[in-house]
Amino acid sequence: MGSKRSVRREFLKSGAALAGGLTLGAAAPSLAGQQAAESHHAPPSWPMIKGDKESNLVAYGDRSKYVTSVRIAHPVGGRPSPDQFGLTFHIASPLQDSVGVITPSSLHYVATTRGAFMPDIDPKEHRLMIHGLVDRPLTFTMEDLKRLPSVTRLHFIECAGNRSSRSGKNVQQTHGMVSCAEWTGVLLSTLLKECGVKDSAKWFVAEGAEEVKGASSMPIAKAMDDCLVAYGMNGEAVRPQNGFPLRLMVPGFEGIFHTKYLRRIKVVDRYYINYNDFGHLDQDRDEAALGYQIGPKSVITFPSGEQRLPGKGFYEISGLAWSGGGAIKLVEVSTDGGKKWNKAEFKGTPQRMAFTRFGYQWNWDGNETEILSRCTDEIGQAQPTRAQIAKYWNKPYDQTFSVPGLDNSVQPWRIASDGSVTNGFA
Amino acid sequence: MGSHKILAFAFVVLMGVSVLAQGPKYGIGRTPTTEEIKAIDISIGPTGEELPPGKGSPKEGAQLYRTKGCAACHGAQAIEGPAPNLKSKDPKNPDVWARGRILPLRAPFATIVWDYINRGMPLNREGTLTADEVYSLTAYLLFINDVIPEDQALDQQSLPKVKMPIGDNYALVPADWKPGTRRLKGYPY
Repeated sequence: MGSKRSVRREFLKSGAALAGGLTLGAAAPSLAGQQAAESHHAPPSWPMIKGDKESNLVAYGDRSKYVTSVRIAHPVGGRPSPDQFGLTFHIASPLQDSVGVITPSSLHYVATTRGAFMPDIDPKEHRLMIHGLVDRPLTFTMEDLKRLPSVTRLHFIECAGNRSSRSGKNVQQTHGMVSCAEWTGVLLSTLLKECGVKDSAKWFVAEGAEEVKGASSMPIAKAMDDCLVAYGMNGEAVRPQNGFPLRLMVPGFEGIFHTKYLRRIKVVDRYYINYNDFGHLDQDRDEAALGYQIGPKSVITFPSGEQRLPGKGFYEISGLAWSGGGAIKLVEVSTDGGKKWNKAEFKGTPQRMAFTRFGYQWNWDGNETEILSRCTDEIGQAQPTRAQIAKYWNKPYDQTFSVPGLDNSVQPWRIASDGSVTNGFA
Repeated sequence: MGSHKILAFAFVVLMGVSVLAQGPKYGIGRTPTTEEIKAIDISIGPTGEELPPGKGSPKEGAQLYRTKGCAACHGAQAIEGPAPNLKSKDPKNPDVWARGRILPLRAPFATIVWDYINRGMPLNREGTLTADEVYSLTAYLLFINDVIPEDQALDQQSLPKVKMPIGDNYALVPADWKPGTRRLKGYPY
């Protein structure tokens, strides 16, 4: 109580020296609070965050010190990020704390093809060259790119390693290698048309400027459809961990294709198998195909692993759905272990290859149960359970079963009668 | 009749626009010189057409493998380092896939090995190897996996012709991808 009083006194002293309507307006609720502070039911009177240089109230805003949600190295018990040399590898986003569909840039998941340092690129010196099977090879500066017609789109990116396992305790550990941001830039098709793509073009290789010059081969049809050369992310420049100053967005394709630090596009007539492509070689045609475009996938983020329901009663179940096949068409939620499925509500209009936030209104009766979500996308692909996938491939569904290709299976969360939530695979 | 003439005129104008659209529309960007393209183009395709001149033998590569620090991460025997194995622990297995995820063994083209070393190695000193050194290291890794004999040097012409043990026993990502297609034909999920 004493400390609160002294903070108030401090405020009144500094308040006396303050001028300007905005500052006084902001102070008014606290003054009212102060008068009622002696009452048992009064709202607390909070200390002030001063607009000094340390608090970042002015130059670049900080979040509240009470908001402590952070990313973690992925997977738990795996390679640390940063490691002893300062290299970072895989970092998962705290989906359990997410609201809406945009992942803050500071919390966007990060993956590198091997432990990596981030290149510290001066955008004034950065160039994007497009060459190969084009009529006119061209080199663009960042200024050039910002003169061209832009688009702004919501897109998720998901890592191929985003695979729930029995050991995942919460949704960050089971699903945290996916994020969604608002990306701004020039369509790759705009740039390729400026260069004039030759008829013999079938593939293109995208390459980054980081230490390993990471490169991937992709079909030219994807380039002409919706690939985006992005310089903007969530209303500001793309963050270094996400490819500053330029990142290729390949909506709906596995994360590794979204080439960071993009410096070169080479248009070619065949699959080039450069660097990152080696990991996509497969013995089996079907497995190769399923390791390419992200399938329809959803997960409940509240209530989810390690959260706790305080008691029976009303809860809005909330979650995220996304698909590399297009926009989400339908999300269903089950609160009885998958016996009955109920249509969930969309929070906003689903967009192509972007997170869709869904909600389902639920009255928990306090009994032990399992909650799940599943989705369907606009081209009719449906999110399966692991048992359904095993059945499709004529394999027994047991602990040894591994989902072929990218894992888009349904995540069960178990709710105990004490309200604790655990991974249904555990 | 009049409206037909207008339509015909509009058609001609639109055709004119579409022909123009095949040229540059915005006139933004600079044309790089052939030398500039050559300097940055490190993408080596299966035909090897982008390979620079140079030459190297397995024996030279064996020495570089130690002096360039490869052994420190991949192991002196190429099977015992923290970094990925570069030699199979089961080299006689008739199923090449069962021999393990070994780049100089599983790659369908020897050019892939050259490209990988050239752009990504050695750790923290990427891009410092000369063309001769990359040919030598590629030759060494192919030799220790019994792909080429110890006395076979590799160069711009011979490297793309090396017959890799995987043959055509591999699947690629779907080449016929189109917007709005499923992950896999007929797959409901």
